Amino acid sequence: MNKDKRKKIGRGLMNHILLAGIGFIWIYPFLWTVSASFKSQTEFFENRLGLLPKAPTLDNIIRIWSKADFGTYFINTVIVSLFSVIIVLIMTMMAGYAMGRYRFWGRNVVMAIFLGSIAIPLVSTIIPTYEVIKSMNLIGTRTGLILSQAGGAHVIFLLLFTSFFESIPKEMEEAAKMDGCNYFKTFFYVMMPICKPIATTVVIMETIWAWNAFMLPLVLTLNNPSSRTLAVGLYVFKGENVVDWTGIAAGGSIAVIPIIILFIFMQKYFVEGIAGAVKS
Amino acid sequence: MQKLQVASGKGTDSEKRKRKDKLVMNAWCWLFMALAVGFYILFQGYPIICSIQYSLLDWSGMTGYAEYVGLANYKELLHDELFWNAFFNSFKYTALIVPLELAVSLFLAYMLNNEKLKGSSIYRTMYFVPVVTTTSVVGIIMIFILGVQGPVNHLLTSLHISGQPVNFLGNAKYALPTLVVISLWKDCGTYMIYWLAGLQSVPKDVYEAATVDGANRRQTFFRIVLPLITPVGGIIAILCAINSLKVFDIVKTMTEGGPFYATDVIATYVYRSAFSSEIGMPRLGYASAAALFFGGAVIIIGLVLNGIKGRLSKSL
Repeated sequence: MNKDKRKKIGRGLMNHILLAGIGFIWIYPFLWTVSASFKSQTEFFENRLGLLPKAPTLDNIIRIWSKADFGTYFINTVIVSLFSVIIVLIMTMMAGYAMGRYRFWGRNVVMAIFLGSIAIPLVSTIIPTYEVIKSMNLIGTRTGLILSQAGGAHVIFLLLFTSFFESIPKEMEEAAKMDGCNYFKTFFYVMMPICKPIATTVVIMETIWAWNAFMLPLVLTLNNPSSRTLAVGLYVFKGENVVDWTGIAAGGSIAVIPIIILFIFMQKYFVEGIAGAVKS
Repeated sequence: MQKLQVASGKGTDSEKRKRKDKLVMNAWCWLFMALAVGFYILFQGYPIICSIQYSLLDWSGMTGYAEYVGLANYKELLHDELFWNAFFNSFKYTALIVPLELAVSLFLAYMLNNEKLKGSSIYRTMYFVPVVTTTSVVGIIMIFILGVQGPVNHLLTSLHISGQPVNFLGNAKYALPTLVVISLWKDCGTYMIYWLAGLQSVPKDVYEAATVDGANRRQTFFRIVLPLITPVGGIIAILCAINSLKVFDIVKTMTEGGPFYATDVIATYVYRSAFSSEIGMPRLGYASAAALFFGGAVIIIGLVLNGIKGRLSKSL
């Protein structure tokens, strides 16, 4: 019995060492990046593995933020993410409500078309998307970025909302109808308040996706520095300053730290969204 | 049906009203769909149709001048070595990453799917952090981490695992596998969550019964749990394959398709032909043909995989 117990504890400890070791390797690149952004150029090359800068400096961050325009990129990224999230949330919530609660004409066809677009690679639509934005005279503008970012099919969000609204008992709707609510009022006063968990999930996921988007902003802002996002900004910066590695690390930190913080505090919603997507 | 007849028997008034109600409901539904459908048409539906049209043109995109050339772009694609190189690289990348990604993420999920394990949520967060970070930024950082002067090579040489620093990204032999490893690390968390969702559907008494029967953890996994979650695994494999075929960000930022096109995938190939001037005039028509050809291939493969999955789960 005692031996068994000791064996069990030993195995538990082994598991923890293994999992923590993998975990450390998993987040090491981010710790390294953050640490490198506080190192001086000389220390960067002397202390390659270490995570604690001996003489921390803010030079890199200041240089990148003001001289290399990362301040502008940061604001652009925030604005593009914010507005595309708003559009996507309203759009998928309303469509999910209609598809989850009603069997209207053409519902299944629309559903099938949306589902089918999971397989279409962005690269197959990006050239005409560029032309669409160009014809609206929005190349190199934040509005163009917001619209095209909101323009994906967002199948996962649609599915999340649809299956959520499907699961609500009919009684709630009927009660609302009795109280004289029409279609819109039922949605606005009864359904919208109770879909908050799904809405939060959608907001978090779309924020992260919009923040991280690369191909669309690359194509739409490559020649327009003033509307670049962080993802594109760092790519361009690296192309122009191949040797400024502490600067690149500082830019990388500015790009990933906000999103990591957001994730750590809201991870429940993000993880549930991903799990919900594969279930439905 | 019966109810409807009874109702209609009462008089045409209520029937009319019902029809009107239905009409109103449909109008409301379509109003609610309008935003989603509008955006879809503008940025998905219309672009697909446009792509088809563009693919029949000889057009640089820089000028309004475009000549209709029929299927000439497609014919040229068939003989374009660089296109096929990119095409097969996309599949090579996918064939390498799908089994590895599934195995590693399942291993992590199985380890974490243990109620008695303390701190499992901390581990989950750690494994998930790469997923939420910007792929292009990670790609750029990784150039240095894996670079000749970077920490990985520093570790390899100081531990005498390798006498000389390894040029992971500059060597045509190592570049694609290196990208696979980085993507594996980057996306593993997502697939781990998928597997966890699958594992949580396995009833607890299955584990208990296995323990009573004297099975150890490994036996329990291979003999009992694995067969139960194979159907979920099929879906995960398809999702992973589709995502891998679309790969762009990490390749574009880490290798730009090089060295010598060793990591050139379809997305980077199309990008180069359509938007980059490094190889002369951009060719939007030709790039559209390549993108469409590839998109078609991905959809067909998706359907075939789905068919195989259906067959397999039937025979199980």
